[in-house]
Amino acid sequence: MAYGNWEPVIGLEIHAQLQTVSKMFSSDSASFGGADNENISPVSLGMPGALPVINKKAVEYSVKVGLALNCEIKTQSIFARKNYFYPDLPKGYQISQYDQPICEKGYVDIFVNGEKRRIDITRAHMEEDAGKSTHHGDYSLINLNRAGVPLLEIVSDPVIRSPAEAAEYARTIRGILRYLDVCDGNLEEGSLRCDCNVSVRKKGETKFGTRVEIKNVNSFRFVEKAIDYEIQRQIDSIESGEKIIQETRLYDSTKNRTNSMRSKEEASDYRYFPDPDLLPVRLDVSWVEKIKSSLPELPLARAARFQSAYGLPEYDSTVLVLEKSIADYFEVAAKECKNPKAVSNWIMTDIMRELKESEKDIEHAPIKASQLAEMIKLIDDKTISSKMAKTVFAEMWKTGQNAGDIVKAQGMSQITDAGAIEKIVDEIIAKNPSQVTEYLSGKEKVFGFFVGQVMKASKGQANPETVNDLLKKKLKV
Amino acid sequence: MDILKSPATDIAAQVKQKKISAKEVMSAFMKQTEKHNGNINAFITVNDKALQEAEKVDAKIAKGEEVGPLAGVPIAVKDMLCTKGLRTTAASKMLYNFVPPYSATVVKRLEAAGAVTIGKANQDEFAMGSSNETSHFGGVKNPWNADYVPGGSSGGSAAAVAARMAPIAIGTDTGGSIRQPSSFCGLVGVKPTYGRVSRYGIVAFASSLDQAGPMTLNVKDAAAALEVISGQCDHDSTTSAQPVPKWSQNLNSDLKGMKIGLPKEYFTDAIRPDVRKVVDNAIQIAKSAGAELVEISLPLTRVGVPVYYLVTTCEASSNLARYDGVRYGYRADFSKSAPEDIADFYSRNRGEGFGLEVKRRIMLGTFALSSGYYDAYYKKACQVRRLLREDFLKAFAKCDAIMGPVFTTPAFKVGEKINNPLQMYMNDIYTVSANLAGIPGMSVPGGYSQEGLPVGIQINAAHFEEQKMLNVAYAIEKALQLKEVPNGIW
Repeated sequence: MAYGNWEPVIGLEIHAQLQTVSKMFSSDSASFGGADNENISPVSLGMPGALPVINKKAVEYSVKVGLALNCEIKTQSIFARKNYFYPDLPKGYQISQYDQPICEKGYVDIFVNGEKRRIDITRAHMEEDAGKSTHHGDYSLINLNRAGVPLLEIVSDPVIRSPAEAAEYARTIRGILRYLDVCDGNLEEGSLRCDCNVSVRKKGETKFGTRVEIKNVNSFRFVEKAIDYEIQRQIDSIESGEKIIQETRLYDSTKNRTNSMRSKEEASDYRYFPDPDLLPVRLDVSWVEKIKSSLPELPLARAARFQSAYGLPEYDSTVLVLEKSIADYFEVAAKECKNPKAVSNWIMTDIMRELKESEKDIEHAPIKASQLAEMIKLIDDKTISSKMAKTVFAEMWKTGQNAGDIVKAQGMSQITDAGAIEKIVDEIIAKNPSQVTEYLSGKEKVFGFFVGQVMKASKGQANPETVNDLLKKKLKV
Repeated sequence: MDILKSPATDIAAQVKQKKISAKEVMSAFMKQTEKHNGNINAFITVNDKALQEAEKVDAKIAKGEEVGPLAGVPIAVKDMLCTKGLRTTAASKMLYNFVPPYSATVVKRLEAAGAVTIGKANQDEFAMGSSNETSHFGGVKNPWNADYVPGGSSGGSAAAVAARMAPIAIGTDTGGSIRQPSSFCGLVGVKPTYGRVSRYGIVAFASSLDQAGPMTLNVKDAAAALEVISGQCDHDSTTSAQPVPKWSQNLNSDLKGMKIGLPKEYFTDAIRPDVRKVVDNAIQIAKSAGAELVEISLPLTRVGVPVYYLVTTCEASSNLARYDGVRYGYRADFSKSAPEDIADFYSRNRGEGFGLEVKRRIMLGTFALSSGYYDAYYKKACQVRRLLREDFLKAFAKCDAIMGPVFTTPAFKVGEKINNPLQMYMNDIYTVSANLAGIPGMSVPGGYSQEGLPVGIQINAAHFEEQKMLNVAYAIEKALQLKEVPNGIW
C-alpha cells in the first residue's frame, strides 16, 4: 500500500492473556467457560478487606516472554494502581505495572515480503484483566470470571511503517507466545488483543504526527485493514485542512472503518501510584537464568534449521514455523517420508486450504502427519501419480483412512508398465484419426486431448509421464 | 470470681479448668452489654450467635479437645474486620447491609484460639476520625463520663472494654486509632509493627499504615491477644515472616540495662499540664525500674501530620473506590428517577452512601494523586516519610524504647472539635509517626487528668521489638496499680 509522500507511523500494544491455572492475584481459577461468576472469590469481587497476592507462575511466564523478545528482565519491578471507575472493574482500580515494568527494551525480527525487519519493543508489563459487561436494553450484566486473569501487555516502539508490517509483527508475537505455551493467542476470543497506535507524517519529517489509538481489532487481517483505513482517513483529513485529534477509535469490521470512541479530553487521569498491598517484585538472577535455559526453540531459529536441515526455501520455512503445531506436523511427516519439500508443498497448499475451509486446527486434522508421509511415499515410489494423490488426499480428509488402504480398496494403483500403457495409447490413436491429422498439421493443443483420453481409458491409473513419453513418440510424423 | 472485672487470660484459664463455662462467661458479658450498650453505643451489631458459639467451646473442652489460649473469651471486634455471616459496616451507610462471605485472618485466628465474637464495635466511618463522631450509627460515649468522646477511630472497641462489655477488643490503628481511644478510656492498646498482623479481611483505609491490635485491661492480656493474631498470612503479602515470640510469658518489669529515649520535640507547651504531669510521672517510674533516660531528637515530628494526611488520603481515595453500589452495599433509590448515565449512578450511590469526613478525605486524596500534583504531594510525602523512618532508626541506635504522650489532652467533649477538622488532625502529632515509620506503639494507663479522665502513656520500640515496649508498659502498670473503674457501669 502506498500513501504518496506520506509515511505512516505505527506502534502496537498487544495484550496476551497468560494461561495460568489461577488468576494474577488470587487462587480463583483463570479458566474460560464455566457458569457466569463462577470463578470468583472476595478478591475477584473486590470485597472489603480482600488483598492481592502475586501469582508466581504469571511472573515466570512474563519472564519467558521477555526473554524470547530479547528484553532486559528487570530484577525489580513494581505493581501500581490504575484508578478508574467501571462496573466490571471491581476494585475501582486495575493493578498494573507503570513506571517500572518487568521487561524493557527488546526486539523481534519479522519477515515482510521476504525482507527481514527488526521491530523494537519498548516494554512488556504484567497486569490483571477486567470483567465483562453485557448490555441488555435497560439493564446490564457483569461476569467477573475474567476479572483478575493475568495479562502481559507488550508494547512496540513506533517503528512499524505499514499495515502489512503491523499484521506480520502481531502474527510473529502470537507465534512466539504459542511456542512458549503461555497464551493460546486467540484474537476472536480475546485471549490476545491488539491496540494499534497510528499517525502519519510527511516523508522526511522527524517529528511524529498526532496519534490515534484503534481498539477492537480482532483478527490479523483486520489489523491490516483497520490501520490502512486509519492511515488513509488521517491523510485525507490533513489534506482537506483538518487537524487530527488525539483520540481512541473503534474498528468496525463490517463497514471497514474506524469510529471515534473518546477523545483525550474525555480520557481519565488514572492517578497511578504504587500498590501498597504488594511488595516490589524482586527476581533472583539465577531463577531468570534457569528460565532462560529452559526456553524452547523459537520460530526464527526453527525456520533457520528447516532451511539447513531439510533444505527448504526461506519462504516455506517462515510460513511453516509460524504455528508451532504446523511446524511439528511438518517435522514428523518430513522425517518419515524423507521428502521435506513435498511435505511442505502439501501442507502449504492442500492441508492449509482444508484447515481453513473446515475451520480446524492441525491438531484436529483428519490426516495425521504420518498418514501424509505414507501418501507421499506412495507418490515417490510411483504407486500412485500425483494426480491420483489428489483424489486419495480428498478421500483421506473425508474418512481419515490411510492412503494405502484407499488405494487398495479402490484398485487405484498406478499403471507403470509401459507395455500396458502402450496398448491403450495405440487404441486411442487408432480411434481418433481426425484428431491425429489435426495434431500433425500443427495444432499442438490437441496433444492434451490424447493425454486426457488415455488417462480416462486407464481410469486415471496410467503414469502420466509414461503416457506423455509414449504419445510424443507415437504421434511423430 | 467477678467475671466482668477479670482480665481475659484469667477468664480463659478458668474456662479451661471448667471452673466456669464459656457460655456463662458470654452470658455475663451479654447481660452487661444489654444493660449499657443502649447508652454507650459501643456496638453496631451484637452477635446473636455468640452464646451458641460459646457452647461450642464448652463442647470442645468437654470432649477433651485442645482449646486455644483465649478459650471462651468474648471479643469486641471493630466493624472494620470482616466477620463471616455477621454484618460488617465500617460504620458507614455505604456498607449498612453488608454481610461478608468470609472472615478476616485476625478473626479466624481469634476463633481458632477459642475466642468468641460478642459484637461488632462502633468506630469512626471507615476509621476516619479521632472522636468516633463520624459513625453513621451514631457517636460512642466515653464510659468514664458520657459527656466526653471515647476517642477514635476505635472508639466503640475502647468503650466496650472500658464498660466491661468485653474483656478484649480488636481495634485498628492507621494513625493512632488504637492508642488514642485506649488513652481516653484507660486501656492498654497495642499497634504492632507494620507487617506483624495480617490485614486480610480488614476494610482498608490506608494500606501502608493500617494494623490491627488488641485493646485490653492489662498488659498481659494485650500480649497474649497479640500472640494469637500475629504472624505471616498467605493472603497478605505485606505480612512478615518474623517469628512471633511468647510476649505474654516473657514480660519483665525490671528495666535494668534498658535505655528509654525522650524525644525533645514531644515535650512542648502543646501538652496540657495535667497530661504532662502524668507522662513525667511514668517516665520516673521507668527510671526507678532501672531504665536509663536519654534525650533523643526526632526533628521531623512537626511534618508527621501533613505527611500522614497526604499518604492516607491518597491511599484511601483508591481503597474506597470499590464502594460503588454495583456489587454490594448501599445503592441509591433509582425507582423514581433512573440514573442518567453510569457517572450519575456512581455519584448518587457514593454521594449518599459516604459521610462528610470520608468524602473530604477521598477528595483530598484524589486531588493529591492527580497528574500535575502527584510529584508535589504524594511523591514528596513518600520521600519525607522515608526520612522520618530514618529518624526513628537513628533514634533506636541510641535507645531501646521511646516514651511520650499519646495525645495532648485527655478525652474532649462530644461536639467540641468535630467542626474544626484541621485542629482535629493536628492532635494526631504523637501517634501518626509510628504508623509512618512502621514501628510498634502502645498506650498504657498512666493516671488521670484534672477532670478525672484516664491519661495514657505512649511507648514505642524499634521494628519487631514489641517485647521491649510491653516490658516498659508492664513496669508502669505494676508500679501504678491503678484501680479506678468508670462510674455507673456496675
